[in-house]
Parts: sequence; C-alpha cells; structure tokens
Amino acid sequence: MNAGRLCLLAGLLVSVFAAPGTVQAAGKSIFIQSTTSTANSGLYDHLLPRFEAETGIEVHVVAVGTGQAIRNARNCDGDVLLVHSKPAEQKFVADGFGVKRLDLMYNDFVIVGPEADPAKIAGMSDVVGALQKIAGVAAPFASRGDDSGTHKKELALWSAAGIDPAPASGKWYRATGSGMGATLNTAVGMGAYVMTDRATWINFKNKNDFKILAEGDKAMFNQYGVILVNRAKCPDVKAELGQTFIDWLVSPAGQAHIGAHKIAGQQMFFPNAK
Amino acid sequence: MQDGGSAFALAFGLLASADADLLEIIGLSLRVSLTALLASCLIGLPLGALVATCRFPGRSAVMVLMNALMGLPPVVVGLIVYLQLSRTGPLGWMQLLYTPTAMIIAQTILITPIIAALSRQVLEDLHTEYSEQFRSLNVPWRSEIAALLWDGRFTLMTVALAGFGRSIAEVGAVIIVGGNIDHLTRVMTTAIALETSKGDLPLALALGLVLLVIALAVNALVFVMRQAAAKFAYA
Repeated sequence: MNAGRLCLLAGLLVSVFAAPGTVQAAGKSIFIQSTTSTANSGLYDHLLPRFEAETGIEVHVVAVGTGQAIRNARNCDGDVLLVHSKPAEQKFVADGFGVKRLDLMYNDFVIVGPEADPAKIAGMSDVVGALQKIAGVAAPFASRGDDSGTHKKELALWSAAGIDPAPASGKWYRATGSGMGATLNTAVGMGAYVMTDRATWINFKNKNDFKILAEGDKAMFNQYGVILVNRAKCPDVKAELGQTFIDWLVSPAGQAHIGAHKIAGQQMFFPNAK
Repeated sequence: MQDGGSAFALAFGLLASADADLLEIIGLSLRVSLTALLASCLIGLPLGALVATCRFPGRSAVMVLMNALMGLPPVVVGLIVYLQLSRTGPLGWMQLLYTPTAMIIAQTILITPIIAALSRQVLEDLHTEYSEQFRSLNVPWRSEIAALLWDGRFTLMTVALAGFGRSIAEVGAVIIVGGNIDHLTRVMTTAIALETSKGDLPLALALGLVLLVIALAVNALVFVMRQAAAKFAYA
C-alpha cells in the first residue's frame, strides 16, 4: 500500500469525527429530568416536536426512575422535573428545590403476572387483597426496589395490606433494583407477579404469557406532576424556557395533545391539570 | 428462541436501510470512543513509556495501581465524573454534563489505565531487549523512548484496540454522564439498554449485532493499515 491510500484511510477517520449531526445546536434548549414511563411510552416523541415547532425550544429528556430524577434535579442537573410520586414531589418543593408542583396527568398501576396465576388473583380489583393472596402462597413477586415512584407506591400498598415484604426479600419477594422495563424482563423470566404503570406495560414487547391480572382499584391511581426547578437554589436554571414548557403542558392545547397520544388505540395518559 | 433469527434479519435490515437516526447513533458512538481513545493514547503511552524505562522509588506500586485500574467499573467512573460535572459539583460551571464531551471524559478515564498498563509491559520487554545497545551507543533518554514507541508500534496498535473495545462496548459510564438523550447523547450501547428496557429484545439484539459489525470494521481497518505499514517499513 502507498502513502495515498493511507491518506484516504486517515481522511475516512477524520470524516467520522466531523460527522454531521454531532454539532450541538446553539439554540434555546432545556433539560427535563423525567420518569421512564413517560419516555418509554413515546409521550415525548408525540409532544416535543409539536412544542418545538410552536416555540423553537428544544427539550432534552433524561429518563430515569423518579427517585434518581429527583436527586439529579436536586443537583441542579435539570430545568424541569416530571415524575410521579406526590409526597416526594411535595418534599422537593418544600425543601426549596422546586418552585411549584402542578398536577399534569394520570394513568393507573396494574398487577401483571403469568397466565398460570399461582395466587389466583385474576380479575381482582382489590389490590390489597391481591397482594395478600400473593404473600399468602409466597408466589414470586418482582419489585423495582429502586426508590422510584412505582416502588414507593408498591411499598405503600404492601403496608396497607399489613405485610412487610422485607423479610421475604431474596425468597419470594425479589427486589431487582432496576427500572420498570428491566424489572418486567426479570419478572417474565422468573414467572413473578409485578406491579407496573399501564403505559409501560402496553408498550412492553417481551410480554410472553403475562397479562394484566389485577386492575381498577382506586388505590392504583398514578398521578404525574410537573415542577420547575427553583432558580433560588439553582441559579443556572433556564426558568423562562422551563416555565414556557410547563405552561404549554398544562394549557388546553398541551392537555389535548397528552390525551391524544394513543398506542394500539389505547390512551396512555389522561390529562388533569387544573 | 425465535428472537435470534429475527434479530439477524432486523440487523441486516437496519444496516441496509441506512436509517438516519441509526447512522447518527453510530456516528456518535465512534466519535466518542475514538476521541477517548486518542486522548487515552496521548496520556497513556507516555505514561507507560515512562514507567517502562525509568527506575524510581514506588515504581512497583505504580505498576500494580495501573494494572488494578484496568478493572475500573464503568458505572463507578460514570458516577465520579457525574459528581464532578453536575451543576452543583466542582466543575459544574463548565456545563458539560449530558454532552458528548462528558462521555469522552468518562471513557478516557476508563481506558487510559488499559493503554498505560499494557503499553508499559510491551515497552518494558522491548527495553530489556534493547538496553545494552542503548547503553553502548549512549542514546539520550528521549530518543530511547521514541525508538521504543516506534519499534513497538504494531503491538501498541493492538493495545489501542483493546482500549477501543472497552470504550465502544461500555454502557455504565456513558448512560450516567450522557443521560441517553435522543439526538444528543444516545450511543449504540445506551440505545441497546433502552430497547431492552422496552422489552423489544429482537431490536436490542439487532443493535448489538450492528455494534459488533462496527467493531469488526474498525479492527479490519487497523489490520489493513498495519499490513500496509509493515510492507512499507520492510520493503
């Protein structure tokens, strides 16, 4: 091979570094710390292009569990927080990290499990009763175990059922310590019951023989809230742009867009901003 | 296990379609990992050469440390870099978190020990071989290192490939400091993690196959360059 061909190779390498699309836009942009269910259900793919077209603001989504999203926002690594654990959100605002918490939308949690249904909970709407049955026969139950909104909700339901799952951890109660999708994969793999938000479940593709077994309890209500990170704690927050985004989400138009997001004909989230 | 077969078909389809989003993700993966590799070589090779050729107190400890750091868990590196680059961290004012630069920094930290430790071994062996000659010719230290690096260049290419393999394949560090943000910091491995979490295992596997093809292409490229350079050198 001659020097010319080496130059060609070098040129190829250089073109990789200078590839288009890697230059960061200098325009207006915000970061939102978000829960995974909203991202995995494609809600942002539905909303953000419309918002960007109207306002020219680019929204970058960091999708992690509610617990981690709140911790990241406490470190000022986001302009807007969009999660689903009301007590944790209220604490975030009370501690001065959030300006104001607004209800945004809701859906609900369901308990899914294998077709065989060893605890016989199929068709139940009483979630506390269903959990008691699962614990009663010590059927495997996969928990997020990651301090997420879903995990906090699940723990509250166990406590309402008068059961402390902690001693059973590693036996029938299996805390995966990971996100909703990873926990669903694990649950499907070991035939365990698992609680999930409905949007993530509908979008989940590795269902195997799993189906929704218990649903429809008022206690399974899943409220999402949105909060602007407080400039008083985090001086770098893009408060105006973040507020524009929040105002748009809770406006009649934004709420209509949320309600219009459907997958396989099923509505993912129900807008309920006041 | 029908997933395997459909994944192959899907991977082929993805590559054939040259989907713009996929190309963007592949481009960013290569940009991040190759830049990190370049930075690691600039730091790691001189460091390896220094430790290989110099005798100083605590040298053994440095060698053990370098070898041990090859086993740095990516997620720990990600966490450390996150804490530094977070807006409340000491380097927060640089506003680098959730950018490709942050990912390059994390991967550089991850693979520099690999480059340094492996090149140290390569150069030390070579140094032992050459030491008498160096002494008899009274070669100055800097020329000594230059000669070692030049004569060891083919083995050092393999060292660089080991570093590249580590950086292109890791997910733990880049997902924490990059955030897996669509069209901004999403790379192959974080995209695979995302599709796995959505339960779309065939697509995740297909992306994995695409990643393998990329690694194969890079290795083939280096192989060809090496052959060419060898022919050129000994012609």
